[in-house]
Amino acid sequence: MIYLDHASTTPVDPQVLKAMLPYFSNAFANPSSLYRDALKTRAAIEGAREKIAKFFGCNSNEVIFTSGGTESDNMAIFGVAKNHRKGHIITSQFEHPAVLNACRELESMGFRVTYLKPTRDGFIRSQDVISALTRNTILVSIMYANNEIGTIQPISEIGKAIKTFNKNNGTAVVFHSDACQATGYLDMNVTKLNVDLLTINGSKIYGPKGAGALFIKAGIKLKPIIFGGGQERSLRSGTENTPAIIGLAKAVDLIDRKSVKKETELRDFMIDELLKIEKSELNGSRNNRLPNNVNISFDGAEGESAVLYLDREGIACSTGSACSSKSLEPSHVLLSIGQTKERAHCSLRFTLGRKNTKMEIQKAVSKIESVIKNIRQMSAIYEK
Amino acid sequence: MKNNKLQNDRTDGWIYSKVVEDHFFNPRNVLLDDDRESEFDAVGVIGSPACGDVMKVWLKIKNDKITDFKWKTFGCASAIASTSILSEMAIGKTLDQANALSAKDIIDALGGLPPKKIHCSIMGDRALRLAIEDYRGKK
Repeated sequence: MIYLDHASTTPVDPQVLKAMLPYFSNAFANPSSLYRDALKTRAAIEGAREKIAKFFGCNSNEVIFTSGGTESDNMAIFGVAKNHRKGHIITSQFEHPAVLNACRELESMGFRVTYLKPTRDGFIRSQDVISALTRNTILVSIMYANNEIGTIQPISEIGKAIKTFNKNNGTAVVFHSDACQATGYLDMNVTKLNVDLLTINGSKIYGPKGAGALFIKAGIKLKPIIFGGGQERSLRSGTENTPAIIGLAKAVDLIDRKSVKKETELRDFMIDELLKIEKSELNGSRNNRLPNNVNISFDGAEGESAVLYLDREGIACSTGSACSSKSLEPSHVLLSIGQTKERAHCSLRFTLGRKNTKMEIQKAVSKIESVIKNIRQMSAIYEK
Repeated sequence: MKNNKLQNDRTDGWIYSKVVEDHFFNPRNVLLDDDRESEFDAVGVIGSPACGDVMKVWLKIKNDKITDFKWKTFGCASAIASTSILSEMAIGKTLDQANALSAKDIIDALGGLPPKKIHCSIMGDRALRLAIEDYRGKK
């Protein structure tokens, strides 16, 4: 199997697994208890928190552990919104569903939401965020890098503009960014990024699934969305998932910027080769794109069929076709950047990882070429 | 993908039946490059690229019977498998018999389809009826 779906999830790194294992059956004690074994678990969790704080360039008390990216996003968005009875929220049309559907829920509760349209290249322009800001705006949530097309958003610039707006207007607009796809590749320093809230998760960075964190800048007040025993400063009740927390911290520790260069080279090779296939188009800008993201539409070749044919050839990838989704609409991301529905149905996303080799990519390219040719042969709409 | 689950003959978790898999990976009666479209007596097209499914069928008809059925489909596995199995079902049938083929007949022949994919099979029989209409209109 040539695995080219790392944006969906990554395998757990053996070193991460090794770090997690003692915390299942040996150091299993509830960190809220008082005996020595419990204190050891508590110390391990706080050690993990420090590692993640160091990664963010923030203080340990600004990191909250969650069950993953979706929970972190929900905690950020509802946590801010619950401070207000109503208000205005700015997000983008191509956010991950964890953000998009949280905002839709708030909309149904009486909040007003602006969904900014990205450019044809796949970027949210900071001036569009500024234009949308009002005195009633309570929250802006813009992803760091898009999960389908890999385009990197100008988070630092947007954050700076929001700070200026707040200063000039005496407002307190909170800025959240979902950085799940960016974590392994981009600068995650929260000061440089000018963010108040930042979501990461384990399953995209060779850590465990069910592990996430939210950076909450000191002074930013969130209301909890989960109630119980008051763990995580009462923001996230529930007995800490120690192995997941240890695994997340280890995964963050193992992030290796050296693989960025290798993956970028493989990505560029793959894009160049696949664009040689006639009637193909890269979705999203080639520049300012995650080092591991390739997303291409092949006219006339429907995505689900292509994914299943490629699976038979031993290649794992994904598609923006409606047939692979839970709705009958193709990818909301591709439609938001102005791609046609037809080409959205014909899109394939290949996302590379640390272990992919040039040989694998060469093999994948030749399999993709033959599968696309084969499907186009059957296609009622493909014209040479 | 709960809404895609289907009670089928699989134990490996694939959402499609083995018949669908077979017709998807080994499609029967696809119109090939060297088939001349002009040799066919009727054609029917349905669907739209924007919706993600387009089916096109070509028929040869002799003495009111379908002697050949070629097709091309843009769509997912169930769309391709639906058209493929329909081609086998229609060849040899009289126009009235073929006209009476229903979506349910296609789904049954395929060993079932996930609920979300039912519309793919509905399109196949409509494409066939459009081709028959085309033939009858020309006469």
